Amino acid sequence: MSAPPRLHVESGRVLLSGHWTLAAMLPDLTGLQAQLAPQRSVDVVWDLSALSRLDSAAAVLLWRTWGNAWPARLEISPLHRQVIERVAELPHEIAMPPALRIHPIEFIGSLLLKAGRNLQGMIVLFGQLLLDVAFLFKHPADIPWREFTANIYKSGAQALPVTALVGFLIGITISYLSALQLKSFGADIFIVNILGISIVRELGPVLVAVLVAGRSGSAMTAQIGVMRVTEEIDALSTMGISRTIRVVLPKIIGLTVAMPLIVLWASAVALLGGMLAAMLQLDLSFSYFIESLPRALPVANLFIGLGKGLVFGFVISLVACYFGLHVKPNTESLSSNTTSAVVTAITTVILADAVFAIFTRHIGVPQL
Amino acid sequence: MSQPVVELTGICTAFAGNFVHRDLNLRVEAGQIVGLLGGSGSGKTTLLREMLGLLRPTAGSVSLFGFNLNGSDALAQRAVRRRLGMLFQHGALFSALSVFDNIAFPLRELRCLDEDWIRRLVHLKLAMVEMEASHGKLMPAELSGGMVKRVALARALALEPELLLLDEPTSGLDPDRSQNFVDLVSGLQQALGLTVIMVTHDLNTLAGLASHVAVLADQRIIAFGPKDEVMSVDHPFVTGFFGADRRKLL
Repeated sequence: MSAPPRLHVESGRVLLSGHWTLAAMLPDLTGLQAQLAPQRSVDVVWDLSALSRLDSAAAVLLWRTWGNAWPARLEISPLHRQVIERVAELPHEIAMPPALRIHPIEFIGSLLLKAGRNLQGMIVLFGQLLLDVAFLFKHPADIPWREFTANIYKSGAQALPVTALVGFLIGITISYLSALQLKSFGADIFIVNILGISIVRELGPVLVAVLVAGRSGSAMTAQIGVMRVTEEIDALSTMGISRTIRVVLPKIIGLTVAMPLIVLWASAVALLGGMLAAMLQLDLSFSYFIESLPRALPVANLFIGLGKGLVFGFVISLVACYFGLHVKPNTESLSSNTTSAVVTAITTVILADAVFAIFTRHIGVPQL
Repeated sequence: MSQPVVELTGICTAFAGNFVHRDLNLRVEAGQIVGLLGGSGSGKTTLLREMLGLLRPTAGSVSLFGFNLNGSDALAQRAVRRRLGMLFQHGALFSALSVFDNIAFPLRELRCLDEDWIRRLVHLKLAMVEMEASHGKLMPAELSGGMVKRVALARALALEPELLLLDEPTSGLDPDRSQNFVDLVSGLQQALGLTVIMVTHDLNTLAGLASHVAVLADQRIIAFGPKDEVMSVDHPFVTGFFGADRRKLL
């Protein structure tokens, strides 16, 4: 289609012909550069009048060959001269900003400052939510019921299958592994205590929290983040609709309400899995298991588990909404904030779990 | 006649049973600057996307530079795509890259230009679209609407394309800038023999730039030819579009 770029040297004249365009030069770029290089310092006549096309990539190539200056003798059409003039007008050295080097200590410091800012921002968001709740008490007509129920459905009801599956498998695993140990001590019946306490009090809430943080938390951050990127959040504000009341509050209250219910459901299914494994492994009948469960597991444990669910749900959704609201309008920030939201949510949940463990250490442990 | 740059034959496009194009034909020769006109929702952008191979028509064939885009050879398709540049309606800049990197991206993808060469080319393109070199550091989110458009044009021009597709190139530019845009594209067209297909509603751009006009209405191209010929076509869309401004175009 296009004539390849040609270079012809004869008795002090360099004759260029053909299409000197990026596309035409690409197939043999190195060869062309090698051909041009020897002409660099020689005093020759550059004859470009036979050129049929010259684009800026080729102009840059020629200009570099000429050592950033017009050659003494040049024959060129005015149209092509214009193309090269554009290149000539560029400043030779355009200073690029030097790459910033960060000292490790500086890095740790900035990380801490960022964490501090995030904590502060979350407290501000929490305060805003309290104000919103107070506002809604005064104006009950503005309560976003529809968004609230939609969020319970999305982050609660739709999470039931996956939490059940994971809970069931974990129940089986713990029961099976404990049974192996207990059997060797002849303490088979303590399987009920182990399963009851560990699942209801600890594993159920934490397991569900991790799943929900990955599932609903990331979805919340991404949704609010995209709404920010596409300026939908701003559109809401201009219509006089509070973004916290309409977007953030329903998500947070929805998950806070839904989480204890998911925890209850997942713990129940996990106990079922444990019961099944205990029956297969230790010949412990279902009826014995169910009869001895209330004795082994004081009811306080159930409330601790549900309380944890409530707190974890609140933490996950608060963190997710906070990071969503702070997405900058670009794809990079969206992905990094979604990652931060999930990681922060899970870390905070584990931290809260430790706090729970310390403050409830005297409650609900059966005295033998 | 030489080989057409873009040839659409018997294009039908249907979205969920609704026909947008029905048996549409268009043949654009090298060196033409075609203004594609049509009411909103008439499928102009869809047609551009089909030319780019982003969307497959329900029926019919698209060929660019005589190469059928629906063929399967990935390398040949890449070679064809490198010969065209597209300016998207909303810029479609990579939001994670700075302005400089956005324009340098297609050049770096060639993997045979050195950084100095790329740097000069990028600054050249920036100068072409009247951006300052210092703007290279900015991120797309920090740009105004008109600047996004100009950077996107610079990126579309980065590979020195033979075919330039422009979707609403001058919307969002002030009249001065759009005049400069017209000068820039017509200058490039003269120097490089570019072929340009542009969707536009701006009569000034059309008057200043287009050599040919294609009118998309009733699901097909109802008129295609030199500007003044098309304007005298007796069709409600054409008379309505040019209306009182008919004289301005001539």
